[in-house]
Amino acid sequence: MSHLTTETFDQNAREALNDPQLRTALRKLARTFGDRRQAVLESVDDWEDLREKARAIKDDTLAHLDKYLEAFADNAERAGAKIHWARDAVEACGIVIRLLNERNATNIVKSKSMATEEIHLNDALEAVGLEPVETDLGEWIIQLAHETPSHIVVPAIHKSKKQIADLFVEKLGIEPTDDVATLTSAARRILRRRFAESHVGISGVNFGVAETGTILILENEGNVRLTTSLPKVHIALMGIEKVIPRFADLDVFLKLLPRSGTGQKLTTYQSLITGVKRDATDEGPDEVHIILMDNGRSRMLGHPVTRQSLACIRCGACLNACPVYQQIGGHAYGSVYPGPIGAVITPQLIGIGKASQLPYASSLCGACREVCPVKIDIPELLLHLRSEVAAGMMGSSASEHNQPVKRKAMERLAFRLYAFAWSSPALYEWGIRIGRLLQRFAVKEGRIGKVGGFVSRVVPPLGAWTSWRDARPIAPRSFREQWRERKGRDAA
Amino acid sequence: MRVSLFITCLVDQLWPSVGTSTVEVLRRAGCEVVFDERQTCCGQPAFNTGYRREARKLAMRFIEIFEEAKADAIVSPSGSCTAMVHHFHQLFPDDEPWRKRAEALAAKTYELSSLLINVLGAEDLGASFAGRIGWHDACHGLRDLGVHSEPRRLIRNVRGVEFVELQNADVCCGFGGTFSVKYPEISVAILDNKIDAIEKAEVRAIVSGDASCLMQIGGRLSRNNSAVQVMHLAELLASREDLGAQASLPANRGERGLLKI
Repeated sequence: MSHLTTETFDQNAREALNDPQLRTALRKLARTFGDRRQAVLESVDDWEDLREKARAIKDDTLAHLDKYLEAFADNAERAGAKIHWARDAVEACGIVIRLLNERNATNIVKSKSMATEEIHLNDALEAVGLEPVETDLGEWIIQLAHETPSHIVVPAIHKSKKQIADLFVEKLGIEPTDDVATLTSAARRILRRRFAESHVGISGVNFGVAETGTILILENEGNVRLTTSLPKVHIALMGIEKVIPRFADLDVFLKLLPRSGTGQKLTTYQSLITGVKRDATDEGPDEVHIILMDNGRSRMLGHPVTRQSLACIRCGACLNACPVYQQIGGHAYGSVYPGPIGAVITPQLIGIGKASQLPYASSLCGACREVCPVKIDIPELLLHLRSEVAAGMMGSSASEHNQPVKRKAMERLAFRLYAFAWSSPALYEWGIRIGRLLQRFAVKEGRIGKVGGFVSRVVPPLGAWTSWRDARPIAPRSFREQWRERKGRDAA
Repeated sequence: MRVSLFITCLVDQLWPSVGTSTVEVLRRAGCEVVFDERQTCCGQPAFNTGYRREARKLAMRFIEIFEEAKADAIVSPSGSCTAMVHHFHQLFPDDEPWRKRAEALAAKTYELSSLLINVLGAEDLGASFAGRIGWHDACHGLRDLGVHSEPRRLIRNVRGVEFVELQNADVCCGFGGTFSVKYPEISVAILDNKIDAIEKAEVRAIVSGDASCLMQIGGRLSRNNSAVQVMHLAELLASREDLGAQASLPANRGERGLLKI
């Protein structure tokens, strides 16, 4: 699989902007999800209150994460589940592979889980000859296409109906059609058979309740139900930040997550799984394994500013609201977590040196903060990460990867000069006068048009600006010069 | 009321008529306006690009200068620069005295429309402008400072104006400071959505409370040779019918689109 990387973000973005089919798909996403969310918010009259409550629950959880995780593990085990602890992606994949091999499991079904995408579980399984099948339609589509998800909630949103139809024809051998009902029933037929024959079902977890050891998984298609109840073994991968203290806390999150994620009052199915069946003759898996995964989360926990990124409930609302995501889609970010929250957690998960562009890929408009159900202040986090990149630091935030952040020497010099010069009103004004002189060559008819190659190299920002936009020239008389003149006249 | 003008480096150098208009509007609202010529910049460009030490240097200077103004309020014709002052406290995480000074100063620093409506109760400034105008909500003013109804109330009191609520008025214009030149293609792609909405609304002028957004929007309109003009809220509020033809022109562009300072 060839995936775009975080290091080539600028190039990825440029390519995405030149992809008309992607742009069409993204326009539709922005409009549809925006409208639906807006409409469904009206069905709740204490939305702001709910957000406050949710954030308070998350803050409390994160402040005592060890306590709640232990309680969760104890209660889940008491109910018959097996708990495993995975320090990182490698360990998590290793645990899954071991569990599968111990049971000679070859037929594996999977429901959608961003945590499994994060650790590239399917790649790891395929590397040892296992073939998991994604049962969520969107995930299955990208699996067939050998792609990564481009959105946290709707992974195949970047694909057109025609692309999906062509994919099904090519990979499944069905008759060419673009009728959605026909395509979905073809998928159903094939997946149903896999469910019936599967040995193990792998899922994610939306919330893990410490009080009872229950895991909650939300879905619309019904594939989670099948994945977690038909096979004899259920393996659930859960990031450690997914734990919440009490069962009653679910009420708050169930009101927030579906509305924020897909504009629904509630998802079609909510599966609450506590341990294993009490009676061997009951239906359902004989074994339930829950893998509690760290993979950088406890490191993020240790930092007071970025800790709040762990409050994320993976609703995807920030992606839908983001003007940048709306233009370039998810693949450009080079991470399974794209968009605003992705720009914040990806550098913390893979190291800021590898993902140093992402915090800058934002106009800081704040639309994400406005829609986040748990009130994560994403712009504040982006600004914090930018300060780490600018300082060339790697170890101070959550990143432990020892990668030097490429020092942007010219930029650093420019800002040092700016702070120095503009600490003196005299130098500030001299700077304006020099600017007025130099701009004479560039100003035509009262504006600065596209500057030539030489100027672009000397003053790159001017080149970048004027490639697409005219620039205002420095005014012949600044405000302060006019003020001084007026004062002089009044005094005379 | 005595107000100290925080002109912003952008308005000072690139759009001085926004400054002169702001002074005119404040005086009409009954304020005594003072201007401390030692001011330069609030440091937002450095802060937004991650250079906190440089930003802190400029912030400290700003705080010192404006504390000396002994003004009832500090006012700025910019939502983003005002928001920066409100964020100054983030530059002093380990320095409680400076942080307190920053917070005290922020408490009396207002964006222009917010001061007019929320503090002075001045909704009608005797302005007039003929034609359809659209409004763009600048992001920092809207989401950091909560400015939304204030400009609309002020605009509705401008005689002769036909106010058009633009589709997606509250969506970003794509400027974002250094973002506009670090990722210019994305910036312009976002901008073009705004331009489409503006052209579709067939307005004579697009108005906003932030000169930075107006530079972004105006720059693209100009490159497209569009007939739509850009105006700052202060310029709109300063225009008067007894000034004759000048009332129908945004301050800086003459009939042929030539800059007229």
